[in-house]
Amino acid sequence: MNWEWLFVTIVVLAALGVYLSWTAGRLDRRHARLEASRAVLDAELLRRSGSVLDLATAGLLDPATSVALADAASRARTAGEGAERYQAESDLTAVLTVVLDDPADLEPLRSDPAAEASLEDLAMACRRAAHARRFHNELVRGAVRLRRKAFVRWLRLAGYAPMPETVELDDTVPRGLASE
Amino acid sequence: MKVGIACPYSWDVPGGVQVHIRDFTEELTSRGHKVSVLAPGDDDDDLPPYVTTVGRPVAIPYNGSVARVAFGPRIAARVRRWLVDGQFDVVHVHEPASLSLGLITTLWAEVPIVATSHSAMRRSRAMSAAQGILKSAFEKFTAHIAVSEEARRTVVQHLGVDAVLIPNGLFVDRFAVAPKEEWRSPDGTLSFLGRLDEPRKGLQVLLKAWSAVHDAFPKARLLVAGPGDIDGIRRGIDSRHRDAVEFLGAVSDEDKAAMLATSDIYVAPQTGGESFGIVLAEAMAAGAPVLASDLEAFRAVLDGGRLGALVPIGDASALADEAIALLGDPARRARYRAAASLGVRRYDWSRVADEVLAVYEMAIAVGSGGHTFKLPGLP
Repeated sequence: MNWEWLFVTIVVLAALGVYLSWTAGRLDRRHARLEASRAVLDAELLRRSGSVLDLATAGLLDPATSVALADAASRARTAGEGAERYQAESDLTAVLTVVLDDPADLEPLRSDPAAEASLEDLAMACRRAAHARRFHNELVRGAVRLRRKAFVRWLRLAGYAPMPETVELDDTVPRGLASE
Repeated sequence: MKVGIACPYSWDVPGGVQVHIRDFTEELTSRGHKVSVLAPGDDDDDLPPYVTTVGRPVAIPYNGSVARVAFGPRIAARVRRWLVDGQFDVVHVHEPASLSLGLITTLWAEVPIVATSHSAMRRSRAMSAAQGILKSAFEKFTAHIAVSEEARRTVVQHLGVDAVLIPNGLFVDRFAVAPKEEWRSPDGTLSFLGRLDEPRKGLQVLLKAWSAVHDAFPKARLLVAGPGDIDGIRRGIDSRHRDAVEFLGAVSDEDKAAMLATSDIYVAPQTGGESFGIVLAEAMAAGAPVLASDLEAFRAVLDGGRLGALVPIGDASALADEAIALLGDPARRARYRAAASLGVRRYDWSRVADEVLAVYEMAIAVGSGGHTFKLPGLP
C-alpha cells in the first residue's frame, strides 16, 4: 500500500464531503427562501384584492362594475389553497382587464383626486403582485435546477422536501393602469 | 433603509446609467433613506459625498467591444470594505452582465441583492462562453429588474433568467420650464437631441427629411443639440435649408429642457441602439409633441402611438410627411401634448422609486441568496 495514495484518497473524500454538505446547506437555504417568497407573493396578492375592494366600495364606479369587481376580489380572498386560489386570482385579473382596459375611458375618472389616488394605489398593487410572482418563480427555477443535478438526486441531498413548483396565474396589469 | 448601489461606470463620465443612479439616489435621500454608491474612479475626482470610489478602471476587450472595468485584488478588497462599512439592508447592482463592480459586489454581498439590467445586447460568442460563470452569480439575485422589454429579453435569452420591468425615471416637474422666445419661429420649431456623428441617433435621416419640411414650411426651424462635428454636418445641408438649422452643441440640462419646451415637434429619428427612450419621456414632460421612429423602445414609451406619432425606422420621406402633417395640425399636437403630460407621470421618480422600493421590501422579506463558501461548523 502506498501512503501517498491513501493521503490523496482521504483529501479527495474530505473535499467531497465538504462539498456535499455545502450543497445540502445551500438547498436548505433555498427552500427557506422559497417559503419566504411564497409568503411575500401571498401578501402581495392579498394587497391587490384588498385594493380592488377599496376601489369597488369607494362609490367611484358605476354599480355594475363595482359589484363585478367586489365579487371577483372577495372570491380571490376566500379561495382555498393552490390551484383554486390561483384560478380565482386569474379571474380577478380578467375582470380588471375588462373594466380598466382603456386609458381613455379612465381619463374622466382621473380628474377626481380621490379616484386618481385609488387607481394609482391599485396600479402599484397590481405591479407588486406581478413582480412578486416573477421573483418567486425565478427562485423556484433556480432550486429545481439545483435539485435536478444527478448527485443531488442520488444522494437525496434535498431530503424529503417536495419538488418546488412555479406559480402560474394571469397577473397582467390592465392597460388602463399600465400607462399610468 | 440603508441601500448600497454598485455603479458599473466611472461617475465623472456622462452616461445614462450614472444619471439614473444619481437621480434615484437623490429621490431616496429626500425620502430619508441612506444611500451609498460604489463606482470606479479616483478619490480625488470631484464627487458627491455619497459616492465611494474603488480605483481607476482599465480598458479590456470584452463581449466584442472594449469594456472599461474595475477589478483585481485591491478593488475586491475595497468592495468588501464598502459592504462591511455600509451595513446595507439591500445592495442594488446595476448592469450585472458587464464585467465590473456589480459582479464583484454580487460575489461578496451577504445581504439581499437586487439587480437592474439597462442595455440590450446582441448575442456574441464571448458572452456565451462566460455564461456559466455569470449564471451562477445571477443565482444570488433575489430580484432582477430590466428597464425595458428589450433589456429584459437580453437577460432572458443570454442568461436564461427572468426579470421584471420597471422603467427608467425622470423628475417630470423639472421639465416644466418656460420656452425660449428666440428659438420660436412662426411656422414651428423642430428639435433633435443626440450625438451628431453617431449614425444610430439618426440625424442623417432627419436632415434628409428636413428639406421637404422646410419647403412646406419656409418659416420653420430645426434645433439640433448634441456634440459632434457641427461644421462638417452643416456643410452637408443643402444651402437653401441650411440657415434654418441651428446647432446648439452639447447643451446643459436647463437648455435641454428649454429647447424641448420650445419645440412644436421633438423628432427622435433613431435607427437602433435605444433600450429605453428616456429622452422621449423628457420631451413629453417638457410638453413637446413627439415624432419618433417606430423602435420597440419608443413604441413602448409612446404607448403604441397614443402619446405621440410613430414613423417607420430610417424612412426620411415618411418622416418628412408626418412632420409636415403635424406642423399643419395644431389640434393633433395639442392632443398628443395633453395625453403625454398625463402618460409621462408613469415615469416620474415619485412612482418609479415607489416601485423599486417595493422590490427592496420584497427582497428583504425573502432574504439573501448568499452562499459564500464556509467550512461546516464555522460561523
